[in-house]
Amino acid sequence: MAILSQTEAQDILKKVIGYSTADECEATLSGTLEGNVRSARNSISTSGATDNVSLAVTSYFGKKQGTATCNQFDDATLKRCVQRAEEIARLAPDSPEHMPLLGPQQYLSSPQSFAQSTAAITPDYRARQMGASMDYCTSKKLTSAGFLNDRAGFVAKRNSKGLEAYQRLTNADFSVTVRTPDGTGSGYAATDYTDVKNFDAARLTAVAAGKASSSVGAKAIEPGKYTVILEPNALVSNSDASLLGALMRSFDARSADEGRSFLSKKGGGNRKGEKLFDERITVYSDPTNAEVPDLTFAGDGRPQQRTTWIEKGVVKNMYTSRYWAQKSGIPDLPPPGGFIMEGGTQSTADLIKGTQKGILVTRLWYIRPVDPQTLLYTGLTRDGTFYIENGAIKFPIKNFRFNESPVIMLNNVEAIGRPVRLAGNLVPPLKIRDFTFTSLSDAV
Amino acid sequence: MNRRDFSTLTGLGAGALLLPSLPGLGGSLPVDPARLLEPGLDVAQKKRLADAALNAAKSAGATYADVRIGRYLNQSVFTREKQVQNIASGESFGAGIRVIAQGTWGFAATNDVTDASLARTAQRAVAMAKANARIQKEPVQLAPQKGYGEVSWKTPIVRNAFEVPVKEKVDLLLATNAAAAANGASFMSSSLFQINEQKYFASTDGSYIDQDIHRIWPTFTATVVDRAAGKFKTRDALSAPMGLGYEYLTPRAADKIAGPAGTGLVGYKMSYDILEDAALAAQQAKQKMGAKSVTAGKYDLVLEPNHLGLTIHESVGHPLELDRVLGYEANYAGTSFATQEWKAKNIPYGSKQVTIVADKLQPGSLGAVGYDDEGVKTKEWTLIDQGKLVDYEKIRDQAHIVGQQASDGCCYADSWDAVQFQRMPNVSLQPGSQPLGVDELIKGVSKGIYIAGRGSYSIDPQRYNFQFGGQVFYAIENGKITEMLDDVAYQANTQEFWNSCAAVCDARDYRLFGSFFDGKGQPSQVSAVSHGSSTARFNAVNVINTARKIG
Repeated sequence: MAILSQTEAQDILKKVIGYSTADECEATLSGTLEGNVRSARNSISTSGATDNVSLAVTSYFGKKQGTATCNQFDDATLKRCVQRAEEIARLAPDSPEHMPLLGPQQYLSSPQSFAQSTAAITPDYRARQMGASMDYCTSKKLTSAGFLNDRAGFVAKRNSKGLEAYQRLTNADFSVTVRTPDGTGSGYAATDYTDVKNFDAARLTAVAAGKASSSVGAKAIEPGKYTVILEPNALVSNSDASLLGALMRSFDARSADEGRSFLSKKGGGNRKGEKLFDERITVYSDPTNAEVPDLTFAGDGRPQQRTTWIEKGVVKNMYTSRYWAQKSGIPDLPPPGGFIMEGGTQSTADLIKGTQKGILVTRLWYIRPVDPQTLLYTGLTRDGTFYIENGAIKFPIKNFRFNESPVIMLNNVEAIGRPVRLAGNLVPPLKIRDFTFTSLSDAV
Repeated sequence: MNRRDFSTLTGLGAGALLLPSLPGLGGSLPVDPARLLEPGLDVAQKKRLADAALNAAKSAGATYADVRIGRYLNQSVFTREKQVQNIASGESFGAGIRVIAQGTWGFAATNDVTDASLARTAQRAVAMAKANARIQKEPVQLAPQKGYGEVSWKTPIVRNAFEVPVKEKVDLLLATNAAAAANGASFMSSSLFQINEQKYFASTDGSYIDQDIHRIWPTFTATVVDRAAGKFKTRDALSAPMGLGYEYLTPRAADKIAGPAGTGLVGYKMSYDILEDAALAAQQAKQKMGAKSVTAGKYDLVLEPNHLGLTIHESVGHPLELDRVLGYEANYAGTSFATQEWKAKNIPYGSKQVTIVADKLQPGSLGAVGYDDEGVKTKEWTLIDQGKLVDYEKIRDQAHIVGQQASDGCCYADSWDAVQFQRMPNVSLQPGSQPLGVDELIKGVSKGIYIAGRGSYSIDPQRYNFQFGGQVFYAIENGKITEMLDDVAYQANTQEFWNSCAAVCDARDYRLFGSFFDGKGQPSQVSAVSHGSSTARFNAVNVINTARKIG
């Protein structure tokens, strides 16, 4: 039931719109099938599966709106749902920032956002992948904790002004932490796929295991400013805040215009068009990118298109609500799903080779805002931190707490590596000078 | 950025975009406010459905099964300045079935709540357990639990927040915004979250437990912008999310406790004066604009309960979760320094002033329930006794690992579609036994900083090194509050910090801090938890200056 075809979904939505007596009506039908398995101590801990499909109908009378939902789709239920939405709308207060519904839209095609191989995952497949990951660690006398989650879903939209949208999506995430039995070494690896055909849990587990074994016997070095190589797991995450994620979530035009963002301009206005980062920094989003295919429409029906946010260090665009775009006469851009940071051709290993003195950071963790004015964030290194000298890893070091702003960090760029997919983004490893570590942590 | 939650992309998650993981809000569907007062299924229907699930699980080969039929209701009201931004009422209804088959857990959930669907879902849970049993190494061992028969529990609220007209709530929030504006706020956003979990639990142990749980959280952020200087400062509400009804928003004089002389601050116990706090917040945000930037160094810290609660949460509540201690959370939330081997060494966790208890009982707390989500009656127990670590937080499948016979009753799932697991109970610092007020406590401090409210927070995955900010900071010199400070954060090590605890105010100052967003598990779940304390003093803590300059 959960994954309806475009025709099945739009047939239901056509009926819904047909039942409407409101000024305007929009309906969204969506469904997901999801499954997961989790391991710890080289054994399965929990697992689960959920299916969920539902319809939301929003009716508008002038500036009033009301929403009702249902999860059965016979004619009588659909009719009741539309009536309910209209009753709620009639009683609602006017919404001062109401915008009329969008008419028909042209959406890009992103067929690669759905992969049958991912939608077809079974409990046996999950057990096999997780079993291979655990077996690898057992054979190396290491301890692992891992998580595999896969999801297949669809979203269909239609409104009374002729807007029509449909897309299917799949996604699978796997992450694993490997520790030495005495708890003195720890390593981490994570990956995500739209199409799991190339997914190999054991291969990724070997990466985490290597980090765990080589991080044993960490030495303490003084906190301070260091040249660092930040691997992608130190830059984005789907399980924690992240430095680049935080930066990209701060590109809201309204906050900037209201004077409460790092993109606010002294004296009023915002900093669009200003060069705020190193000229090698370019960040864009593109829902049709083959490596990170994404939804080609936003929740409110606006098209998602290729959009450049930072070009050669210059702030090119900010995202906005439809209301704020109209009020301030700026491009009407929805926030993107994921982002792509341009990079070069060097791998992390190449970046290490080119480093005289520095620190390799596998992962940053528990990242929280300290000062929204400067986007200062704090957090810690985790699961493999190493000292680099003369182009090679010399020894593991104890973990640090950092206090750093991605805005400052992207002005201190030494080198940019080759982007890889992580958490639905494409992100390169970055070599950064003067990264600020403020204290040592005993954590492994 | 996280694309896992498709619901934020579908347009269903308008509130979820602001608060991705509000319990009972993520994944819920919008409904009419009147729907929040309509009754759910009656108990007899729920029992019939539960039996269908349990019987199907047993027939399919489960040696244990439990079913949770959950109806999670919520309403959020969002305002800014003079306007309502969003009023969202939501309902999430479905059932989750957990089984043990061949010594392995399996779980499946559905929002199609019928006898036939629950039977099918039970079979899926058993099939999943069996698929995983083939690679299982440690079979599940459940602590024995007697069935309670048919029982029920309700949060003892005075006024159900869903019975309060939306207009009354909107009027209160707009008045809050007006109070801030009148006191100099450039922007003010305020919101009110209300949660009702209607949970029915049944297990093959013979329990049929019907519970009705209520929570409420009013909060705001006052912002002052100086456009000419290109600067802005904020001050958040000093309210706490509570396990109370709308009565929390009717201020009572008996629930107010004066903060230190010279700050104008007020501490709130079982009721909150949002208008008073909003006015003060705007004034304090303005004051922050001109406040002295702190000089980094060692200071004696005086931490008030609305701030200290989060420090307790991160540095005591989390490291004593037995699943973390054992490595079950290694891939996400982390592990713990407070291992059983560490405990055996009798290293002091804190000074003699530090006694910390866990509970799921405190009236008004977020943790208070009659039974946990695996059918265990709740209780209170001691974690740290005068500085010495004595116990952990554990559930049924963990008790045997520390040689105990029973669960502590702190198992929770944030939705019907999430599997229940060990979550933090309320964890609270006991007040000092000698009479001691806040001003008396400050009198003894020669060079210190008083910190109120929750700010930035971060701690490492084994819970050694942490850094906390706050909402407002005041310099203490020679026993007196002298001026406001800004750019303050402290960094410490858990054991050093708790061993530096020199004094705790008495029970008159005791009140609850709370959080709706304690995150743990994969897929990640949130849990609501309270932390009680009285204002406490910590000697010679490292304070850093967080001011930076960007292009």
